[in-house]
Amino acid sequence: MNTALSVVVAGLSLALAAWTVVVAVAGSGIRNSLLAGLLALEGLLLVQLVVGVVLVAGGQRPPSTVTFFAYLVGVLVVLPVGTLWSVAEKSRPSTLVLTVACVAVAVMTARLLQMWADARG
Amino acid sequence: MAEAPGSRATGGARLLVAVYALFAVAATSRAAVQIATKFDEAPLAYLLSALAAAVYVVATVAISRRTPAWHRVALAACTFELLGVLAVGTLSLFDAAAFPDATVWSVFGRGYLFVPLVLPVAGLVYLRRHPVPDHALREPGA
Repeated sequence: MNTALSVVVAGLSLALAAWTVVVAVAGSGIRNSLLAGLLALEGLLLVQLVVGVVLVAGGQRPPSTVTFFAYLVGVLVVLPVGTLWSVAEKSRPSTLVLTVACVAVAVMTARLLQMWADARG
Repeated sequence: MAEAPGSRATGGARLLVAVYALFAVAATSRAAVQIATKFDEAPLAYLLSALAAAVYVVATVAISRRTPAWHRVALAACTFELLGVLAVGTLSLFDAAAFPDATVWSVFGRGYLFVPLVLPVAGLVYLRRHPVPDHALREPGA
């Protein structure tokens, strides 16, 4: 796993989580700039999946390859679902749904890094 | 704003249901992997994982419905969940041998930032503050 990439992913998702809290508290509603940030994060998650597939194909093996791929693929679903769920109703608490989604991405990425640290090549 | 009958339309419920749904998916996936790949290592812990997953799924659905029957199911699920996390949390501290691999509820959900401990309390508080209105009782099909 490209550690630098995953650290950037985790950092960006935490930054976006903080941003969504600010938006929820201010009650300003979800703007396009925030959605662009989420889109960028989703793009990085796709890159992360490709990197993971290439590395495993190259012979490196995390302790549980199935779990590793489940996380790599599962993490892609979190932001789209969270965003749809969040924009479906314009209210402060529903903006916090995005916070939950961003924190979930950060936690899942941390788990991926943990698994990769135990990988043998 | 009028609420759609049969569903909870407040943002707070949306947030609560979102967190429950996240835990339902996470717990179900984890239990499925544990039971499919290494059930013999810790059958008790993995069966509890599956039970926790089932409770999250039921709670997710029940909280998102706004009918008297679903309200009761939601109350039961959240109560069971709170008792479960307290019981498994305590057991995992005193009988670590039975829990060689962490479950969602081990050590009061430490592996999940203690969210499993907070979630049922948040659920019960929410359900108490948002009782199903009486007219819902008379709604056909409610």
